[in-house]
Amino acid sequence: MKRTSEGEIMTVAGSAVEGPAVVIDEDLCKGCGLCIDVCPPGVLRQDSKLNHLGFHPVAYLGKWCNACGLCFFACPEPGAIVVVKPSRRHR
Amino acid sequence: MSTMTGGAVLQWPESLYRTFHRKPGGGQESTHYCPGCGHGVLHKLIAEAMDDLAIRERTVFISPVGCSVFGYYYFDCGNVQVAHGRAPAVATGIKRALPHSVVISYQGDGDLAAIGTSNILHAANRGEPITVFFVNNAIYGMTGGQMAPTTLDGQRTTTSPRGRDTMDTGSPLRVSELLSTLDAPVYIERVALTDAKHIMTARRAVRKALKAQVEGKGFSLVEVLSPCPINWKMDPAESKAWITDHLMPAFPLGVYKDVLAEREPQTRLAPQLALDKVAELFAAEPSVERTGEPTWDGVADRYREPQVKIAGFGGQGVLFLGSLLANVALRRNYHVTWLPAYGPESRGGTANCNVVISAEPVASPMVTEPSVLMALNAPSLERFEPTVTPGGVIVYNSTLISKTPTRQDVEVVAVPATAIADELGETRAANLVLLGAYLAHTGMFSAAEVEATMDQVLKSHGMLELNRQAVARGFAATT
Amino acid sequence: MAVELVKGNDALLRGAVLAGCRTFYGYPITPSSEIAESAAALLPQLGGTFVQSECEVGAIQMVYGAASAGERVMTASSSPGISLKLEGVSYLVGSELPAVIIDIMRGGPGLGNIAPAQGDYFQVVKGGGHGDYRLIVLAPNSPQEMCDLAMLAFELADRYRNPVVVLSDGFTGQMMEAVEFPVPVTSIPPKDWAVRATPETSGNLINSIRLMPEDLEEHVTALFEKYASIEAAEVRYEEVQTADAELVVVGYGIVSRLLRAALARVRDQGLRVGMLRPITLWPYPSQRLAELAETASGFLVAELSTGQMVEDVRLAVNGRRPVAFHGRYGGAVPSVDELVKAIEAAYPAEGRSA
Ligand SMILES: Cc1ncc(C[n+]2csc(CCOP(=O)(O)OP(=O)(O)O)c2C)c(N)n1
Ligand code: SF4
Ligand code: SF4
Ligand code: SF4
Repeated sequence: MKRTSEGEIMTVAGSAVEGPAVVIDEDLCKGCGLCIDVCPPGVLRQDSKLNHLGFHPVAYLGKWCNACGLCFFACPEPGAIVVVKPSRRHR
Repeated sequence: MSTMTGGAVLQWPESLYRTFHRKPGGGQESTHYCPGCGHGVLHKLIAEAMDDLAIRERTVFISPVGCSVFGYYYFDCGNVQVAHGRAPAVATGIKRALPHSVVISYQGDGDLAAIGTSNILHAANRGEPITVFFVNNAIYGMTGGQMAPTTLDGQRTTTSPRGRDTMDTGSPLRVSELLSTLDAPVYIERVALTDAKHIMTARRAVRKALKAQVEGKGFSLVEVLSPCPINWKMDPAESKAWITDHLMPAFPLGVYKDVLAEREPQTRLAPQLALDKVAELFAAEPSVERTGEPTWDGVADRYREPQVKIAGFGGQGVLFLGSLLANVALRRNYHVTWLPAYGPESRGGTANCNVVISAEPVASPMVTEPSVLMALNAPSLERFEPTVTPGGVIVYNSTLISKTPTRQDVEVVAVPATAIADELGETRAANLVLLGAYLAHTGMFSAAEVEATMDQVLKSHGMLELNRQAVARGFAATT
Repeated sequence: MAVELVKGNDALLRGAVLAGCRTFYGYPITPSSEIAESAAALLPQLGGTFVQSECEVGAIQMVYGAASAGERVMTASSSPGISLKLEGVSYLVGSELPAVIIDIMRGGPGLGNIAPAQGDYFQVVKGGGHGDYRLIVLAPNSPQEMCDLAMLAFELADRYRNPVVVLSDGFTGQMMEAVEFPVPVTSIPPKDWAVRATPETSGNLINSIRLMPEDLEEHVTALFEKYASIEAAEVRYEEVQTADAELVVVGYGIVSRLLRAALARVRDQGLRVGMLRPITLWPYPSQRLAELAETASGFLVAELSTGQMVEDVRLAVNGRRPVAFHGRYGGAVPSVDELVKAIEAAYPAEGRSA
């Protein structure tokens, strides 16, 4: 995953992420599940696999995120969650 | 690179280091906090507010001891790590040195509400224009789950293994309520890191508290009910529920103080060297122009190198008399010391001081065996008469001392000093009468020299004429 | 030339002002309160800061804050208050922060009394706070030195990034003597390590935690390398008539004045007595004392304590000569007579023994 400080383009594995979307960095996730609890549409779930920290990271279902940002504010880790809002062109 | 397909992102706040280079070992992109810990959430809320207020570079983040002691791993701003509980005192020192700074004191409940209680109370009461984030997790996290002042009634911790007994250990301390009784704080709110709604309320509170400081409004504090899943021995979801069901009833959420609208911004300036002002203030201090040589010419041997004890009751100007005598001698280039009896010795209405005058540098300023005793009242004469060296001089205020000295081996000079002073219309001038008498008797210094000295050292010249007359009457009293 | 008769405590504060100190945090305690009172009167007029803190623990932490920000900052107290400040002192040292701390010693232990004493030598010179550290300790014996050593204290504190204590007593603080004030410091060298809430300093960290034993050991080693350089460069003392001395008396602060008076008397009696007065109590003039142990036959240490500094004299003399001790304590001060007798008693019976 590459984060941009430009704040506009989000790419994962080289391809751009189109908002609304959430991107989880599974290596930085501690699997606390706080994001899952606050997500209104319920599009986050805990993965069964273990990450390198030994936690079950959270995964995004891949659709229906509305970019409300609540998961970002509920998450204790600075880098575990990135929320991509829809660009104005797409609204 | 593809075209712009995504919109604005919520991501890693710029006010947090992108890699935690100060964090030892691996994992320099994740925090040292346990999964589900409230500290991480609050860090993000603060950092994100710092970004939006554009204050990162002028923020000073203070990390006292607790799980957040390593705040400096994360916050990309000036960092000061401090002793347990002392952050508000350190913040005071920083903020007053750097009024333009934004100072954040980030404290746990053991830190703020136990060991640092007096520091937070007084910083708040002084209205230090700082922002305090107070993490209330009802337990000592860092040290492994001991009881905090905020621990609930019946809550088990490692130091309240049978549950907290509030009759024995006190009840949960409500800091926001306590501090909001003070006049100075401008904004105090208690929030909780639980569900989305409460987190967003916390986010607003964090911003408001920082903005209060940016606007120079005064002391603000946000108390944050925050999960410590590890020491509560719960999972993060249970922790949230426990905050809602147990902490919130004991620590009601809400705004406890908000006078932001009515408070004017404070303007304090950074300390300056102000050398002109230093010169001016120093020049205003009384000094004497030195003249002449310290030769003792014209003074009889027995009066030279005097060791003087001056004693009386408080209000008789004993200390002033001593310092005037010392200044007269200093003006004539003698070496002098003046040493008062201080503390209890000078209480209960008595006062005395020691003056040593010498042509050579004075070794000891203490006068245990005076060659000169000036006694302004009876107890002083009684106390010090036996200490006078044989061949010494006793000058005493005969208006107030009816019992004459009994020593046969000393010179005795009786002066009705108070009576003379009363004639001049100022009882308190008796000290100067006595000084005149002493100087006239010994020939040490002239009345003109005393006058010249008073002219230089007295701050107020209003009494100069009266003082001059008192000295002159003293000189006349012995001839 | 104009000259002022100034109290030791006032001279000290004015020395601090001349050194560029504009910031004072303190809590009142006799016999040091006058320093706080002068600071309260003077510093705000100069645009400086005076805060009467909640307690000495708070005061020293405010000092820590101001020092972190790069200010020349001071606090003043007396023995019981210094006990409280030692928490902060250890942190100041750990974080390598310069600060000036004044101790106008009084009688102890406990509340004791407010009379002059020298019972804080151990807690100030030898430690008292936790961990391995040293403080530079200056011991004035006159109002002039209260001023001069206060100025020096700020300079040394900044130069070595370490707290400096001016260790004095109630008499030196209360007595007045002629003082000639030096010219003020006109600029203070910038401190690029300080946290100044600027873009250039936003990467700075003031910190005393070093979690890894190897890191902390390295840090403490560096501190002690610094201390070695201080020991090499900053030892200060005054010697009086030691050249032909059979007996060398050692005393600091007000005691050195009393000893000086006694010295004049015993010299008149034909006794060859000299004096060494340490001005820096750390670093201590051990080397000079060791040299004097070659030429003198004995030593006498006088203190307003039951014997604290005497241990340093004994270490320096290292058993080669007898070291006698005369102490008064609890606020009692020896008379010159008494010191003359102590000198006579300690004076080597047969002059310099071969
Ligand atoms: C003078 C002193 N006493 C005790 C300690 C040990 N200590 C470290 S952190 C702590 C309690 C921390 O609890 P809290 O402030 O609630 O913060 P938390 O760890 O819960 O975030 C204690 C007692 C210390 N570091 N210093
Ligand atoms: S941004 Fe909102 S909708 Fe999207 S995953 Fe996060 S909480 Fe769910
Ligand atoms: S809140 Fe953060 S750390 Fe916790 S599970 Fe979600 S992404 Fe992972
Ligand atoms: S012990 Fe508690 S407060 Fe400390 S990091 Fe873990 S969860 Fe957070």
